Amino acid sequence: MGENNYLMKAINISKFFRYVEVLKNVNFEVGFNEIVGLVGDNGAGKSTLIKILTGVHNADSGELYWKGEKIANHSVPQARDMGIVTVFQDKALVEQHPIWRNIFMGKEITDTIGFINIKKEKEETEKLMKEIMGFTSSTITPDTTLGNMSGGEKQGVAISRALYFDADLIILDEPTTGLSLSETKKVLSFVERIKNTGKACIFITHNLFHVYAVADRIVVMDRGKIVGNFFMGQISLEELEKKMLEITGTGDAEHFGVYSGRKINPGGLNGTR
Amino acid sequence: MKLRIEFFNKYKISIGVTSVFLILMSIFIIANPSVFLNYRAYMAVFTTLGASIILAATMVFVVASGELDLSFPSVIGFSAWIFAVIVKSGVSPFIAFLVALFLGSIVGFLNGILVTKVQLSSLVSTLGMNFLIRGLIMILTDGIAIPLPFLRDTLFHTIFAGRIGQLPIQMLWSIGYAVICWLIFNRHRFGGHVCYIGDNVTSAREMGVRVERVKIATFVLMGFSSAFAGVMLTLINNSFWPTTGEGYLLLILAAVFLGGTPTWGGIGTIFGAIIGAFILGFIETGIVASGLTGFYKQFFYGLILILALISHRYAGLKRK
Ligand SMILES: Nc1ncnc2c1ncn2[C@@H]1O[C@H](COP(=O)(O)OP(=O)(O)O)[C@@H](O)[C@H]1O
Ligand SMILES: [Mg+2]
Repeated sequence: MGENNYLMKAINISKFFRYVEVLKNVNFEVGFNEIVGLVGDNGAGKSTLIKILTGVHNADSGELYWKGEKIANHSVPQARDMGIVTVFQDKALVEQHPIWRNIFMGKEITDTIGFINIKKEKEETEKLMKEIMGFTSSTITPDTTLGNMSGGEKQGVAISRALYFDADLIILDEPTTGLSLSETKKVLSFVERIKNTGKACIFITHNLFHVYAVADRIVVMDRGKIVGNFFMGQISLEELEKKMLEITGTGDAEHFGVYSGRKINPGGLNGTR
Repeated sequence: MKLRIEFFNKYKISIGVTSVFLILMSIFIIANPSVFLNYRAYMAVFTTLGASIILAATMVFVVASGELDLSFPSVIGFSAWIFAVIVKSGVSPFIAFLVALFLGSIVGFLNGILVTKVQLSSLVSTLGMNFLIRGLIMILTDGIAIPLPFLRDTLFHTIFAGRIGQLPIQMLWSIGYAVICWLIFNRHRFGGHVCYIGDNVTSAREMGVRVERVKIATFVLMGFSSAFAGVMLTLINNSFWPTTGEGYLLLILAAVFLGGTPTWGGIGTIFGAIIGAFILGFIETGIVASGLTGFYKQFFYGLILILALISHRYAGLKRK
Protein backbone atom coordinates (compact mmCIF):
# COMPACT_ATOMS: atom_id res chain seq x y z
CA MET A 1 0.00 0.00 0.00
CA GLY A 2 1.42 3.38 -0.93
CA GLU A 3 1.12 6.62 0.97
CA ASN A 4 -1.47 7.77 -1.56
CA ASN A 5 -4.25 5.74 -0.05
CA TYR A 6 -4.30 7.81 3.11
CA LEU A 7 -5.17 11.37 3.96
CA MET A 8 -2.34 11.47 6.46
CA LYS A 9 0.31 8.95 7.30
CA ALA A 10 3.07 8.95 9.89
CA ILE A 11 5.93 6.49 9.44
CA ASN A 12 8.38 5.38 12.12
CA ILE A 13 7.87 8.38 14.35
CA SER A 14 10.11 8.62 17.41
CA LYS A 15 10.06 11.39 19.94
CA PHE A 16 12.21 12.05 23.00
CA PHE A 17 11.55 14.48 25.80
CA ARG A 18 15.02 14.87 27.22
CA TYR A 19 16.09 11.25 27.61
CA VAL A 20 12.66 9.68 27.73
CA GLU A 21 11.43 8.09 24.53
CA VAL A 22 7.78 9.04 24.50
CA LEU A 23 7.03 7.67 21.03
CA LYS A 24 8.78 4.55 19.75
CA ASN A 25 8.66 3.95 15.97
CA VAL A 26 5.01 4.77 15.69
CA ASN A 27 3.21 4.10 12.42
CA PHE A 28 -0.16 5.75 12.18
CA GLU A 29 -2.52 6.68 9.40
CA VAL A 30 -5.92 8.21 8.76
CA GLY A 31 -7.88 7.37 5.64
CA PHE A 32 -9.98 9.78 3.64
CA ASN A 33 -13.32 10.14 5.41
CA GLU A 34 -12.22 7.85 8.21
CA ILE A 35 -12.97 8.34 11.91
CA VAL A 36 -10.08 6.94 13.92
CA GLY A 37 -10.50 6.46 17.64
CA LEU A 38 -7.19 6.74 19.50
CA VAL A 39 -7.25 5.26 23.00
CA GLY A 40 -4.75 4.38 25.70
CA ASP A 41 -3.60 5.09 29.23
CA ASN A 42 -2.67 8.50 30.53
CA GLY A 43 0.87 9.12 29.39
CA ALA A 44 0.68 6.60 26.54
CA GLY A 45 1.75 9.31 24.08
CA LYS A 46 -1.54 10.08 22.34
CA SER A 47 -1.31 13.85 22.71
CA THR A 48 2.36 13.84 21.75
CA LEU A 49 1.53 11.90 18.57
CA ILE A 50 -1.15 14.33 17.46
CA LYS A 51 1.07 17.29 18.34
CA ILE A 52 3.58 15.90 15.87
CA LEU A 53 0.86 15.55 13.23
CA THR A 54 -0.19 19.16 13.86
CA GLY A 55 3.33 20.62 13.86
CA VAL A 56 3.44 21.63 17.53
CA HIS A 57 6.36 19.27 18.17
CA ASN A 58 8.98 18.05 15.73
CA ALA A 59 9.58 14.32 15.65
CA ASP A 60 13.15 13.20 16.33
CA SER A 61 12.87 10.74 13.48
CA GLY A 62 10.26 9.51 11.04
CA GLU A 63 8.27 10.91 8.16
CA LEU A 64 4.89 12.51 7.65
CA TYR A 65 2.81 12.32 4.49
CA TRP A 66 -0.23 14.39 3.57
CA LYS A 67 -2.35 13.23 0.63
CA GLY A 68 0.59 11.20 -0.60
CA GLU A 69 3.12 13.98 -0.39
CA LYS A 70 5.95 14.11 2.08
CA ILE A 71 5.74 17.01 4.53
CA ALA A 72 8.96 18.97 4.99
CA ASN A 73 9.52 21.35 7.92
CA HIS A 74 6.18 20.82 9.55
CA SER A 75 4.71 23.67 11.62
CA VAL A 76 1.36 24.63 13.10
CA PRO A 77 0.63 27.34 10.51
CA GLN A 78 1.47 24.87 7.76
CA ALA A 79 -0.78 22.20 9.27
CA ARG A 80 -3.62 24.70 9.55
CA ASP A 81 -3.12 25.82 5.98
CA MET A 82 -3.10 22.23 4.73
CA GLY A 83 -6.47 21.64 6.36
CA ILE A 84 -5.83 20.15 9.78
CA VAL A 85 -7.75 21.65 12.69
CA THR A 86 -7.26 20.54 16.25
CA VAL A 87 -9.08 20.77 19.53
CA PHE A 88 -6.16 20.35 21.91
CA GLN A 89 -6.52 18.65 25.26
CA ASP A 90 -5.73 21.92 27.07
CA LYS A 91 -8.23 23.76 24.80
CA ALA A 92 -5.54 26.22 23.57
CA LEU A 93 -7.43 29.34 24.65
CA VAL A 94 -6.25 32.69 26.01
CA GLU A 95 -8.38 33.53 29.01
CA GLN A 96 -7.78 37.25 29.29
CA HIS A 97 -9.08 37.80 25.78
CA PRO A 98 -12.56 37.92 24.25
CA ILE A 99 -14.15 35.09 22.29
CA TRP A 100 -13.56 36.69 18.90
CA ARG A 101 -9.83 36.98 19.60
CA ASN A 102 -9.73 33.31 20.59
CA ILE A 103 -11.54 32.13 17.48
CA PHE A 104 -9.07 33.81 15.15
CA MET A 105 -5.90 33.38 17.21
CA GLY A 106 -3.06 32.40 14.90
CA LYS A 107 -5.24 32.72 11.80
CA GLU A 108 -6.48 36.27 11.83
CA ILE A 109 -8.47 37.91 9.06
CA THR A 110 -6.08 40.65 8.00
CA ASP A 111 -5.28 43.00 5.15
CA THR A 112 -2.09 42.53 3.17
CA ILE A 113 0.13 44.16 5.79
CA GLY A 114 -1.32 42.26 8.72
CA PHE A 115 -3.87 44.62 10.23
CA ILE A 116 -6.82 42.72 11.64
CA ASN A 117 -10.30 43.23 10.25
CA ILE A 118 -11.87 43.43 13.70
CA LYS A 119 -15.39 44.11 12.46
CA LYS A 120 -15.35 41.05 10.21
CA GLU A 121 -13.87 38.83 12.92
CA LYS A 122 -16.57 39.88 15.38
CA GLU A 123 -19.34 39.35 12.84
CA GLU A 124 -18.05 35.90 11.97
CA THR A 125 -17.77 35.05 15.66
CA GLU A 126 -21.33 36.17 16.26
CA LYS A 127 -22.56 33.98 13.41
CA LEU A 128 -20.53 31.05 14.65
CA MET A 129 -21.90 31.46 18.15
CA LYS A 130 -25.48 31.44 16.95
CA GLU A 131 -25.21 28.70 14.37
CA ILE A 132 -22.76 26.28 15.89
CA MET A 133 -22.25 26.95 19.55
CA GLY A 134 -25.92 27.50 20.14
CA PHE A 135 -25.24 30.47 22.39
CA THR A 136 -28.48 32.35 22.35
CA SER A 137 -28.17 34.03 25.73
CA SER A 138 -27.38 37.71 25.47
CA THR A 139 -24.97 37.59 28.38
CA ILE A 140 -22.35 35.97 26.17
CA THR A 141 -21.27 38.04 23.17
CA PRO A 142 -18.19 37.92 20.94
CA ASP A 143 -16.67 40.43 23.37
CA THR A 144 -17.08 38.20 26.42
CA THR A 145 -13.74 37.42 28.04
CA LEU A 146 -12.96 33.70 28.16
CA GLY A 147 -11.97 33.84 31.81
CA ASN A 148 -15.57 34.71 32.71
CA MET A 149 -17.03 31.59 31.09
CA SER A 150 -17.71 28.07 32.39
CA GLY A 151 -15.59 25.05 31.46
CA GLY A 152 -18.25 23.72 29.11
CA GLU A 153 -18.61 27.07 27.39
CA LYS A 154 -14.86 27.32 26.91
CA GLN A 155 -14.78 23.85 25.37
CA GLY A 156 -17.63 25.05 23.16
CA VAL A 157 -15.44 27.89 21.94
CA ALA A 158 -12.54 25.51 21.26
CA ILE A 159 -14.74 23.13 19.27
CA SER A 160 -16.55 25.86 17.35
CA ARG A 161 -13.20 27.31 16.39
CA ALA A 162 -12.28 23.94 14.86
CA LEU A 163 -15.60 23.93 13.00
CA TYR A 164 -15.17 27.43 11.66
CA PHE A 165 -12.02 26.72 9.70
CA ASP A 166 -12.68 24.45 6.79
CA ALA A 167 -10.61 21.32 7.24
CA ASP A 168 -10.02 17.88 5.80
CA LEU A 169 -8.83 16.42 9.08
CA ILE A 170 -10.28 17.28 12.47
CA ILE A 171 -8.35 16.16 15.54
CA LEU A 172 -10.11 16.06 18.90
CA ASP A 173 -7.94 15.39 21.95
CA GLU A 174 -10.19 14.26 24.80
CA PRO A 175 -12.86 16.78 23.88
CA THR A 176 -15.43 15.39 26.30
CA THR A 177 -13.37 15.65 29.50
CA GLY A 178 -15.19 17.82 31.98
CA LEU A 179 -18.33 18.10 29.91
CA SER A 180 -21.85 17.36 31.05
CA LEU A 181 -23.77 14.49 29.49
CA SER A 182 -25.70 16.73 27.10
CA GLU A 183 -22.53 18.58 26.09
CA THR A 184 -20.81 15.25 25.50
CA LYS A 185 -23.70 14.19 23.29
CA LYS A 186 -23.24 17.34 21.23
CA VAL A 187 -19.57 16.56 20.72
CA LEU A 188 -20.35 13.01 19.61
CA SER A 189 -22.96 14.16 17.15
CA PHE A 190 -20.40 16.63 15.87
CA VAL A 191 -18.04 13.74 15.15
CA GLU A 192 -20.82 11.98 13.28
CA ARG A 193 -21.38 15.14 11.25
CA ILE A 194 -17.69 15.17 10.32
CA LYS A 195 -18.18 11.66 8.96
CA ASN A 196 -21.25 12.67 6.97
CA THR A 197 -19.53 15.63 5.35
CA GLY A 198 -16.81 13.36 4.01
CA LYS A 199 -14.03 14.57 6.26
CA ALA A 200 -11.65 12.63 8.46
CA CYS A 201 -11.26 12.71 12.22
CA ILE A 202 -8.91 11.51 14.94
CA PHE A 203 -10.86 11.22 18.15
CA ILE A 204 -8.85 10.70 21.33
CA THR A 205 -10.73 9.62 24.41
CA HIS A 206 -10.53 7.60 27.56
CA ASN A 207 -14.02 6.33 27.07
CA LEU A 208 -14.44 3.20 24.95
CA PHE A 209 -18.21 3.67 24.82
CA HIS A 210 -17.82 7.08 23.26
CA VAL A 211 -15.32 6.00 20.69
CA TYR A 212 -17.09 2.75 19.84
CA ALA A 213 -20.20 4.70 18.99
CA VAL A 214 -18.59 6.83 16.31
CA ALA A 215 -15.28 5.38 15.12
CA ASP A 216 -14.54 3.36 11.98
CA ARG A 217 -11.33 2.06 13.48
CA ILE A 218 -9.77 2.06 16.92
CA VAL A 219 -6.05 2.38 17.50
CA VAL A 220 -4.66 1.52 20.93
CA MET A 221 -1.49 3.08 22.27
CA ASP A 222 0.51 1.89 25.24
CA ARG A 223 3.73 3.38 26.56
CA GLY A 224 4.70 5.06 23.32
CA LYS A 225 3.76 2.23 20.97
CA ILE A 226 0.79 1.33 18.82
CA VAL A 227 -0.38 -1.98 20.27
CA GLY A 228 -3.77 -2.53 18.69
CA ASN A 229 -5.70 -1.73 15.55
CA PHE A 230 -9.35 -2.79 15.28
CA PHE A 231 -11.88 -2.17 12.54
CA MET A 232 -15.33 -1.61 13.92
CA GLY A 233 -17.32 -4.05 11.85
CA GLN A 234 -15.09 -6.88 12.99
CA ILE A 235 -15.25 -6.58 16.73
CA SER A 236 -17.95 -6.15 19.34
CA LEU A 237 -17.68 -3.78 22.24
CA GLU A 238 -17.32 -6.71 24.64
CA GLU A 239 -14.50 -8.23 22.63
CA LEU A 240 -12.85 -4.85 22.40
CA GLU A 241 -13.03 -4.38 26.15
CA LYS A 242 -11.43 -7.79 26.65
CA LYS A 243 -8.69 -7.06 24.12
CA MET A 244 -7.97 -3.74 25.78
CA LEU A 245 -7.52 -5.50 29.10
CA GLU A 246 -5.08 -7.96 27.56
CA ILE A 247 -3.13 -5.26 25.79
CA THR A 248 -2.67 -2.78 28.56
CA GLY A 249 -2.34 -5.64 31.03
CA THR A 250 -3.16 -3.36 33.90
CA GLY A 251 -6.87 -3.91 33.97
CA ASP A 252 -7.09 -0.16 34.18
CA ALA A 253 -10.74 0.65 34.49
CA GLU A 254 -10.37 4.05 32.91
CA HIS A 255 -10.77 2.62 29.44
CA PHE A 256 -14.22 1.47 30.28
CA GLY A 257 -15.74 4.68 31.35
CA VAL A 258 -14.85 4.28 34.99
CA TYR A 259 -12.95 7.12 36.56
CA SER A 260 -11.34 6.82 39.96
CA GLY A 261 -13.60 3.98 40.99
CA ARG A 262 -16.79 5.79 40.11
CA LYS A 263 -18.75 4.26 37.27
CA ILE A 264 -19.89 6.74 34.69
CA ASN A 265 -23.25 5.78 33.34
CA PRO A 266 -22.65 4.60 29.79
CA GLY A 267 -26.37 4.31 29.27
CA GLY A 268 -26.61 7.97 28.48
CA LEU A 269 -24.57 7.43 25.40
CA ASN A 270 -25.35 4.36 23.36
CA GLY A 271 -24.68 2.24 26.37
CA THR A 272 -27.17 -0.31 25.20
CA ARG A 273 -25.28 -1.22 22.08
CA MET B 1 -27.45 53.53 30.32
CA LYS B 2 -26.21 50.01 29.64
CA LEU B 3 -24.12 51.32 26.81
CA ARG B 4 -22.54 53.90 29.04
CA ILE B 5 -21.64 51.26 31.60
CA GLU B 6 -20.12 49.11 28.89
CA PHE B 7 -18.08 52.03 27.68
CA PHE B 8 -16.87 52.61 31.19
CA ASN B 9 -15.91 48.97 31.67
CA LYS B 10 -14.07 48.78 28.40
CA TYR B 11 -12.08 51.92 29.03
CA LYS B 12 -11.89 51.58 32.79
CA ILE B 13 -8.11 51.59 32.93
CA SER B 14 -7.75 54.50 30.52
CA ILE B 15 -10.37 56.53 32.34
CA GLY B 16 -8.81 55.70 35.70
CA VAL B 17 -5.30 56.67 34.80
CA THR B 18 -6.42 59.80 32.95
CA SER B 19 -8.39 60.86 36.05
CA VAL B 20 -5.29 60.37 38.19
CA PHE B 21 -3.41 62.61 35.78
CA LEU B 22 -6.06 65.35 35.83
CA ILE B 23 -6.35 65.29 39.63
CA LEU B 24 -2.59 65.46 39.95
CA MET B 25 -2.35 68.44 37.59
CA SER B 26 -5.12 70.23 39.49
CA ILE B 27 -3.19 69.75 42.71
CA PHE B 28 -0.01 71.07 41.10
CA ILE B 29 -1.79 74.10 39.67
CA ILE B 30 -3.48 74.94 42.96
CA ALA B 31 -0.31 74.38 44.98
CA ASN B 32 2.01 76.23 42.67
CA PRO B 33 0.12 78.37 40.15
CA SER B 34 3.09 80.53 39.20
CA VAL B 35 4.91 77.46 37.84
CA PHE B 36 2.06 75.38 36.50
CA LEU B 37 0.06 78.12 34.82
CA ASN B 38 3.10 79.09 32.83
CA TYR B 39 3.57 77.31 29.51
CA ARG B 40 7.33 77.17 30.11
CA ALA B 41 6.88 74.41 32.68
CA TYR B 42 5.06 72.35 30.09
CA MET B 43 7.63 72.97 27.39
CA ALA B 44 10.38 71.92 29.79
CA VAL B 45 8.58 68.68 30.59
CA PHE B 46 7.83 68.02 26.94
CA THR B 47 11.52 68.23 26.01
CA THR B 48 12.36 65.09 27.97
CA LEU B 49 8.90 63.49 27.81
CA GLY B 50 9.44 62.47 24.18
CA ALA B 51 12.00 59.83 25.10
CA SER B 52 9.84 58.51 27.96
CA ILE B 53 6.80 58.10 25.74
CA ILE B 54 8.75 56.16 23.12
CA LEU B 55 10.28 53.87 25.74
CA ALA B 56 7.08 53.31 27.72
CA ALA B 57 4.99 52.56 24.61
CA THR B 58 7.51 49.95 23.47
CA MET B 59 7.90 48.44 26.93
CA VAL B 60 4.18 47.60 26.88
CA PHE B 61 4.89 45.03 24.15
CA VAL B 62 7.63 43.41 26.22
CA VAL B 63 5.58 43.31 29.43
CA ALA B 64 2.43 42.07 27.63
CA SER B 65 4.46 39.20 26.17
CA GLY B 66 5.25 38.12 29.71
CA GLU B 67 8.86 39.34 29.77
CA LEU B 68 10.79 42.33 31.06
CA ASP B 69 13.65 44.33 29.58
CA LEU B 70 15.83 46.04 32.16
CA SER B 71 18.72 46.61 29.78
CA PHE B 72 17.24 49.62 27.99
CA PRO B 73 18.91 52.32 30.15
CA SER B 74 22.31 51.08 29.00
CA VAL B 75 21.16 50.59 25.42
CA ILE B 76 20.15 54.27 25.50
CA GLY B 77 23.66 55.16 26.69
CA PHE B 78 25.33 52.78 24.25
CA SER B 79 23.44 54.13 21.23
CA ALA B 80 24.03 57.71 22.34
CA TRP B 81 27.73 56.94 22.59
CA ILE B 82 27.85 55.30 19.14
CA PHE B 83 26.03 58.30 17.74
CA ALA B 84 28.40 60.74 19.43
CA VAL B 85 31.55 58.95 18.31
CA ILE B 86 30.42 58.73 14.69
CA VAL B 87 29.22 62.33 14.52
CA LYS B 88 32.42 63.52 16.14
CA SER B 89 34.44 61.81 13.42
CA GLY B 90 32.74 64.04 10.88
CA VAL B 91 30.16 61.65 9.46
CA SER B 92 26.61 62.91 8.81
CA PRO B 93 24.39 62.71 11.91
CA PHE B 94 21.73 61.02 9.78
CA ILE B 95 24.07 58.12 9.10
CA ALA B 96 25.19 58.08 12.74
CA PHE B 97 21.52 57.92 13.74
CA LEU B 98 20.87 54.93 11.47
CA VAL B 99 23.93 53.12 12.80
CA ALA B 100 22.81 53.81 16.38
CA LEU B 101 19.31 52.47 15.62
CA PHE B 102 20.82 49.41 14.00
CA LEU B 103 23.19 48.62 16.88
CA GLY B 104 20.45 49.24 19.46
CA SER B 105 18.30 46.73 17.60
CA ILE B 106 21.19 44.26 17.58
CA VAL B 107 21.46 44.45 21.37
CA GLY B 108 17.70 43.84 21.52
CA PHE B 109 18.15 40.86 19.22
CA LEU B 110 20.83 39.47 21.56
CA ASN B 111 18.46 39.87 24.51
CA GLY B 112 15.79 38.04 22.52
CA ILE B 113 18.16 35.16 21.71
CA LEU B 114 19.18 34.82 25.36
CA VAL B 115 15.53 34.67 26.43
CA THR B 116 14.18 32.36 23.70
CA LYS B 117 17.00 30.12 22.47
CA VAL B 118 19.10 29.99 25.65
CA GLN B 119 15.91 30.19 27.74
CA LEU B 120 17.25 32.59 30.35
CA SER B 121 14.92 34.57 32.58
CA SER B 122 14.49 37.96 30.93
CA LEU B 123 14.39 39.68 34.30
CA VAL B 124 17.87 38.55 35.25
CA SER B 125 19.53 38.31 31.83
CA THR B 126 18.53 41.85 30.78
CA LEU B 127 19.60 43.19 34.17
CA GLY B 128 22.97 41.55 33.54
CA MET B 129 23.02 43.06 30.08
CA ASN B 130 22.30 46.48 31.61
CA PHE B 131 25.39 46.30 33.82
CA LEU B 132 27.51 44.72 31.12
CA ILE B 133 26.82 47.46 28.59
CA ARG B 134 27.06 50.30 31.08
CA GLY B 135 30.37 48.88 32.26
CA LEU B 136 31.55 48.67 28.67
CA ILE B 137 30.63 52.31 28.04
CA MET B 138 32.49 53.41 31.16
CA ILE B 139 35.58 51.38 30.22
CA LEU B 140 35.65 52.66 26.65
CA THR B 141 34.92 56.31 27.43
CA ASP B 142 36.83 56.47 30.70
CA GLY B 143 33.69 58.06 32.04
CA ILE B 144 34.35 61.20 30.04
CA ALA B 145 31.59 63.13 28.24
CA ILE B 146 31.71 63.98 24.53
CA PRO B 147 30.50 67.52 23.76
CA LEU B 148 28.90 67.95 20.33
CA PRO B 149 28.18 71.71 20.16
CA PHE B 150 28.40 71.79 16.36
CA LEU B 151 25.16 69.76 16.17
CA ARG B 152 23.11 72.76 17.23
CA ASP B 153 22.92 74.37 13.80
CA THR B 154 22.45 71.24 11.72
CA LEU B 155 19.36 70.19 9.79
CA PHE B 156 19.41 67.00 11.84
CA HIS B 157 18.98 68.99 15.02
CA THR B 158 16.13 71.00 13.53
CA ILE B 159 14.32 67.82 12.51
CA PHE B 160 14.75 65.88 15.72
CA ALA B 161 15.18 68.50 18.43
CA GLY B 162 13.85 71.77 17.01
CA ARG B 163 10.71 73.57 18.00
CA ILE B 164 7.45 74.24 16.25
CA GLY B 165 6.42 77.52 17.79
CA GLN B 166 7.14 76.70 21.40
CA LEU B 167 6.47 72.98 21.16
CA PRO B 168 9.56 70.73 21.28
CA ILE B 169 9.49 68.67 18.12
CA GLN B 170 10.41 65.53 20.12
CA MET B 171 6.80 65.50 21.24
CA LEU B 172 5.59 65.13 17.65
CA TRP B 173 8.03 62.31 16.95
CA SER B 174 7.11 60.47 20.09
CA ILE B 175 3.35 60.90 19.71
CA GLY B 176 3.65 59.71 16.11
CA TYR B 177 5.68 56.72 17.28
CA ALA B 178 3.18 55.99 20.05
CA VAL B 179 0.23 56.10 17.64
CA ILE B 180 1.96 53.53 15.45
CA CYS B 181 2.60 51.41 18.54
CA TRP B 182 -1.06 51.71 19.51
CA LEU B 183 -2.17 50.59 16.05
CA ILE B 184 0.20 47.64 16.02
CA PHE B 185 -0.66 46.62 19.56
CA ASN B 186 -4.43 46.82 19.15
CA ARG B 187 -5.09 46.33 15.46
CA HIS B 188 -2.22 44.31 14.05
CA ARG B 189 -1.70 40.58 14.13
CA PHE B 190 1.67 41.14 15.80
CA GLY B 191 0.17 42.91 18.80
CA GLY B 192 -2.36 40.11 19.18
CA HIS B 193 0.36 37.46 19.08
CA VAL B 194 2.39 39.32 21.70
CA CYS B 195 -0.60 39.27 24.05
CA TYR B 196 -1.48 35.62 23.39
CA ILE B 197 2.08 34.58 24.23
CA GLY B 198 1.91 36.49 27.50
CA ASP B 199 -1.50 35.06 28.32
CA ASN B 200 -0.74 31.39 27.63
CA VAL B 201 2.34 30.49 25.69
CA THR B 202 1.26 26.88 25.10
CA SER B 203 -2.09 27.94 23.67
CA ALA B 204 -0.39 30.49 21.45
CA ARG B 205 2.05 27.90 20.15
CA GLU B 206 -0.68 25.33 19.55
CA MET B 207 -2.65 27.81 17.46
CA GLY B 208 0.34 28.63 15.29
CA VAL B 209 1.85 31.74 16.87
CA ARG B 210 5.59 31.78 16.17
CA VAL B 211 6.47 32.29 19.80
CA GLU B 212 10.24 32.71 19.59
CA ARG B 213 10.12 34.95 16.57
CA VAL B 214 7.54 37.26 18.15
CA LYS B 215 9.43 37.45 21.45
CA ILE B 216 12.70 38.26 19.72
CA ALA B 217 10.87 40.96 17.74
CA THR B 218 9.64 42.65 20.94
CA PHE B 219 13.20 42.80 22.29
CA VAL B 220 14.45 44.16 18.97
CA LEU B 221 11.75 46.85 19.14
CA MET B 222 12.86 47.72 22.66
CA GLY B 223 16.48 48.04 21.51
CA PHE B 224 15.39 50.17 18.56
CA SER B 225 13.33 52.52 20.71
CA SER B 226 16.15 52.80 23.25
CA ALA B 227 18.48 53.92 20.48
CA PHE B 228 15.90 56.42 19.26
CA ALA B 229 15.58 57.77 22.79
CA GLY B 230 19.35 57.82 23.25
CA VAL B 231 19.88 60.06 20.22
CA MET B 232 16.99 62.32 21.26
CA LEU B 233 18.46 62.76 24.73
CA THR B 234 21.87 63.55 23.24
CA LEU B 235 20.32 66.30 21.15
CA ILE B 236 18.76 68.06 24.15
CA ASN B 237 22.13 69.38 25.31
CA ASN B 238 24.20 68.38 22.29
CA SER B 239 26.43 66.36 24.50
CA PHE B 240 26.97 62.72 25.31
CA TRP B 241 27.31 61.66 28.95
CA PRO B 242 28.41 58.14 29.88
CA THR B 243 25.48 58.01 32.28
CA THR B 244 22.91 58.82 29.58
CA GLY B 245 19.73 56.81 30.19
CA GLU B 246 20.47 55.80 33.76
CA GLY B 247 17.56 57.68 35.28
CA TYR B 248 15.01 55.95 33.07
CA LEU B 249 14.80 52.46 34.53
CA LEU B 250 12.34 53.13 37.31
CA LEU B 251 10.62 55.93 35.41
CA ILE B 252 9.63 53.77 32.44
CA LEU B 253 8.58 50.75 34.49
CA ALA B 254 6.49 53.02 36.73
CA ALA B 255 4.87 54.64 33.68
CA VAL B 256 3.94 51.25 32.18
CA PHE B 257 2.54 49.77 35.38
CA LEU B 258 0.89 52.98 36.53
CA GLY B 259 -0.68 53.14 33.07
CA GLY B 260 -2.52 49.90 33.77
CA THR B 261 -0.47 47.18 32.10
CA PRO B 262 -0.31 44.33 34.61
CA THR B 263 2.96 42.59 35.43
CA TRP B 264 1.73 39.09 34.61
CA GLY B 265 1.44 39.52 30.84
CA GLY B 266 -1.30 38.84 28.32
CA ILE B 267 -2.78 42.32 28.19
CA GLY B 268 -1.50 45.88 28.12
CA THR B 269 -2.37 49.45 27.26
CA ILE B 270 -0.28 51.80 25.16
CA PHE B 271 -2.56 54.74 25.92
CA GLY B 272 -2.19 54.09 29.65
CA ALA B 273 1.59 53.95 29.37
CA ILE B 274 1.65 57.33 27.62
CA ILE B 275 -0.51 58.92 30.31
CA GLY B 276 1.72 57.21 32.87
CA ALA B 277 4.74 58.86 31.26
CA PHE B 278 2.95 62.23 31.41
CA ILE B 279 2.15 61.77 35.11
CA LEU B 280 5.72 60.90 36.02
CA GLY B 281 7.11 63.71 33.88
CA PHE B 282 4.99 66.26 35.70
CA ILE B 283 5.70 64.74 39.09
CA GLU B 284 9.37 65.36 38.43
CA THR B 285 8.67 68.99 37.62
CA GLY B 286 6.32 69.20 40.60
CA ILE B 287 9.04 67.95 42.91
CA VAL B 288 11.54 70.44 41.55
CA ALA B 289 9.00 73.28 41.64
CA SER B 290 8.15 72.61 45.26
CA GLY B 291 11.81 72.86 46.14
CA LEU B 292 12.37 69.22 47.06
CA THR B 293 15.64 67.53 46.20
CA GLY B 294 16.25 64.81 43.64
CA PHE B 295 16.11 62.21 46.41
CA TYR B 296 12.37 62.65 46.50
CA LYS B 297 12.13 61.72 42.85
CA GLN B 298 13.38 58.19 43.50
CA PHE B 299 11.17 57.92 46.52
CA PHE B 300 8.05 58.94 44.61
CA TYR B 301 8.79 56.79 41.56
CA GLY B 302 9.24 53.76 43.80
CA LEU B 303 6.10 54.58 45.75
CA ILE B 304 4.07 55.05 42.56
CA LEU B 305 5.35 51.79 41.14
CA ILE B 306 4.21 49.84 44.20
CA LEU B 307 0.88 51.65 44.45
CA ALA B 308 0.25 50.94 40.77
CA LEU B 309 0.83 47.21 41.25
CA ILE B 310 -1.49 47.20 44.26
CA SER B 311 -4.17 49.00 42.26
CA HIS B 312 -4.06 46.31 39.54
CA ARG B 313 -5.21 43.84 42.16
CA TYR B 314 -8.30 45.92 42.91
CA ALA B 315 -9.06 47.29 39.45
CA GLY B 316 -10.90 44.19 38.34
CA LEU B 317 -7.85 43.01 36.47
CA LYS B 318 -7.71 39.31 36.95
CA ARG B 319 -4.69 37.14 36.90
CA LYS B 320 -5.49 34.03 34.94
N1 LIG C 1 6.33 18.96 26.75
C1 LIG C 1 6.70 17.83 27.40
N2 LIG C 1 7.90 17.77 28.03
C2 LIG C 1 8.29 16.66 28.67
N3 LIG C 1 7.56 15.54 28.76
C3 LIG C 1 6.35 15.53 28.16
C4 LIG C 1 5.87 16.67 27.46
N4 LIG C 1 4.63 16.39 26.96
C5 LIG C 1 4.38 15.11 27.34
N5 LIG C 1 5.39 14.60 28.06
C6 LIG C 1 5.46 13.24 28.59
O1 LIG C 1 5.26 12.35 27.51
C7 LIG C 1 4.47 11.25 27.89
C8 LIG C 1 3.27 11.14 26.99
O2 LIG C 1 2.40 12.22 27.24
P1 LIG C 1 1.09 12.47 26.39
O3 LIG C 1 1.41 12.40 24.96
O4 LIG C 1 0.48 13.71 26.89
O5 LIG C 1 0.19 11.21 26.80
P2 LIG C 1 -1.39 11.01 26.65
O6 LIG C 1 -1.94 12.13 25.84
O7 LIG C 1 -1.53 9.68 26.00
O8 LIG C 1 -1.94 11.00 28.04
C9 LIG C 1 4.11 11.47 29.35
O9 LIG C 1 5.00 10.71 30.14
C10 LIG C 1 4.33 12.93 29.55
O10 LIG C 1 4.71 13.19 30.88
MG1 LIG D 1 -3.30 13.56 26.32
